[in-house]
Amino acid sequence: MSITIAGVSRRFGDFQALSGVNLQVPAGSLTALLGPSGSGKTTLLRIIAGLESADSGQVLFDDRDVTQLAARERGVGFVFQHYALFRHMTVAENIAFGLRVRKRPAADVNQRVQELLRLVRLEGLGQRLPTELSGGQRQRVALARALAVRPQMLLLDEPFGALDARVRQELRGWLRRLHQEMHVTTVFVTHDQEEAFEMADQVVVMNQGRIEQTGSPQQVFDHPATSFVMDFLGNVNVFHGRVTAGRLEAGPIRMDYSGYTHDEPRNATAYVRPHELEIDRHAEAAALPATILQVTPAGSLQRVRLLAEGYGVELNVDVARERADQLQLRPGEQVFVRPKTARVFMPEPEYVI
Amino acid sequence: MHVSGGGTSSGRGLRVNGDPLWLRLLLIGSAITITGVLIVIPVVYVFVQAFSDGAGAWWSQLTEDADTRHAELLTLSVAPAAVLANTIFGVAAAWTLTRFRFRGRLLLLTLLDLPFAVSPVVAGLCILLIYGSRGWLGPWLKQAGVQVVFAWPGLFLATTFVTLPFVARELIPLMESLGADEELAAVSLGAGPWQLFWRVTLPNIRWGLLFGVIQCHARAMGEFGAVKVVSGGISGQTDTMPLRVEKLFQEYNNPGSYAVASVLTIMALATLTAAWALEHWTNRRPTPSGKEL
Repeated sequence: MSITIAGVSRRFGDFQALSGVNLQVPAGSLTALLGPSGSGKTTLLRIIAGLESADSGQVLFDDRDVTQLAARERGVGFVFQHYALFRHMTVAENIAFGLRVRKRPAADVNQRVQELLRLVRLEGLGQRLPTELSGGQRQRVALARALAVRPQMLLLDEPFGALDARVRQELRGWLRRLHQEMHVTTVFVTHDQEEAFEMADQVVVMNQGRIEQTGSPQQVFDHPATSFVMDFLGNVNVFHGRVTAGRLEAGPIRMDYSGYTHDEPRNATAYVRPHELEIDRHAEAAALPATILQVTPAGSLQRVRLLAEGYGVELNVDVARERADQLQLRPGEQVFVRPKTARVFMPEPEYVI
Repeated sequence: MHVSGGGTSSGRGLRVNGDPLWLRLLLIGSAITITGVLIVIPVVYVFVQAFSDGAGAWWSQLTEDADTRHAELLTLSVAPAAVLANTIFGVAAAWTLTRFRFRGRLLLLTLLDLPFAVSPVVAGLCILLIYGSRGWLGPWLKQAGVQVVFAWPGLFLATTFVTLPFVARELIPLMESLGADEELAAVSLGAGPWQLFWRVTLPNIRWGLLFGVIQCHARAMGEFGAVKVVSGGISGQTDTMPLRVEKLFQEYNNPGSYAVASVLTIMALATLTAAWALEHWTNRRPTPSGKEL
């Protein structure tokens, strides 16, 4: 079942949580709503579920307008950030809840509960109370409870936010596989770009109640539509400079920029990702002298933090393992940093009236 | 309130801290003295007086006077009725104030405490001014043939007013800390309003609710000031137990007065014990609160 959001706005007192949001979630897709806190992503998710109402705009499931439909009639599975398990019920009772309020026969309910306990790999834990489970197990109970009633779509609010890194990694892969098997339209909210990129087919980047960009992870990462998206996707390096007659000058970056060809100089910002910077021992053209502050191994990479004294900016550089072995970087050393590529964003000029 | 505290609060003896011994002894000593003089001695004295002629005399004081018997039955009907009304009101008020954000919410929250702040006599007087024969609704009520003041409905209204905040005050912080997520989860799983209340909300608030009801009941039985104004003091008709205690005392019937007073005290002590046991027991249960769920 596809979801269409048309011109949805929502205000809480003085705070505009959503302003005129339009979004299309294809049937069977796995979509991530990605953004910082306060960007409106959770509000949007709750509006889709019917747990929050929109001030204006429409929500459509396929072609059906569900804007006025109560949450309990929408047939949506919702997984809450802190799971919201019924604390006085056992795991099995939690999972059975949606079926019991629908007055399904007890035998069917029990069978379905066993089925779901197997699916979320919690066989034998049906009689436990939620307080007797670990965070990851609670998360899976919440998921099983939402899936029990065979929802048309699954909505998850920061599903892995409260879990430690290892469990989070495991559950992500598991949820991804689960989605592939069931093909239920799934939307989840996250502030973690890695999580969004790893799991989703479609990433929706949100900021201040608006959608900044929608696209596949690859599209969003390679072709960020706005400077916000660029900034938000990782600890990007920022160089402020100016463009004159189709030529950008920003710190060590000199490159052609066809977006602006006037002779009048205008401010522009160049963004360079950590893996798009290269470290050298010897000065080359357009290289920036910098001092190494910190070297941190991170899997197949080495993350290097440097200070470019000339500009007073801190730089983050990811160095491939092989190259790192070659360079043998140590804190305190003086090296040269060179950008391989950069993305340029030019703010609208501020006209003086 | 009973939701706080871990359960290790009692029975640890004097802890060694920086205060000198004489200061600790002084503070503890004065605490014990004040409690003893103000609370323990009067309560014990009530029982000493009530049973001064033996348990048999005590029992006949309670059962042989028709007016006293009526007062006992009246209290046993007015207090539970007021508790029932305040339970329903308390749950509804707590629900409204914790699950919705609306204009005037803080005002409502403050107004809820008014019955605690205002003198019960004033409350009784208000009822008189509204429902009395020369009151605002008086003529209309008279026409309809409904007697409020100097009758059971007046006693009920006065008692309900005075004990209004107990249940709501107990539930509001509890429901605030529980949050609405479990209820929203139930709604998204297809639960209707009644299913939501009986299956999710009530089980979560049951101990707090019971605690509030017990407190409310204790206060409802003992209410004097507001009831005194609206009762009119008709023996055998509108005298509740506290009023009966006063009347017997005024009539120089000290044994009767102390006997009824001792019953009120016993009920108060029973209530206190129940509340204490409840608190003790719920504290040992695996966290009924706890945001992590």
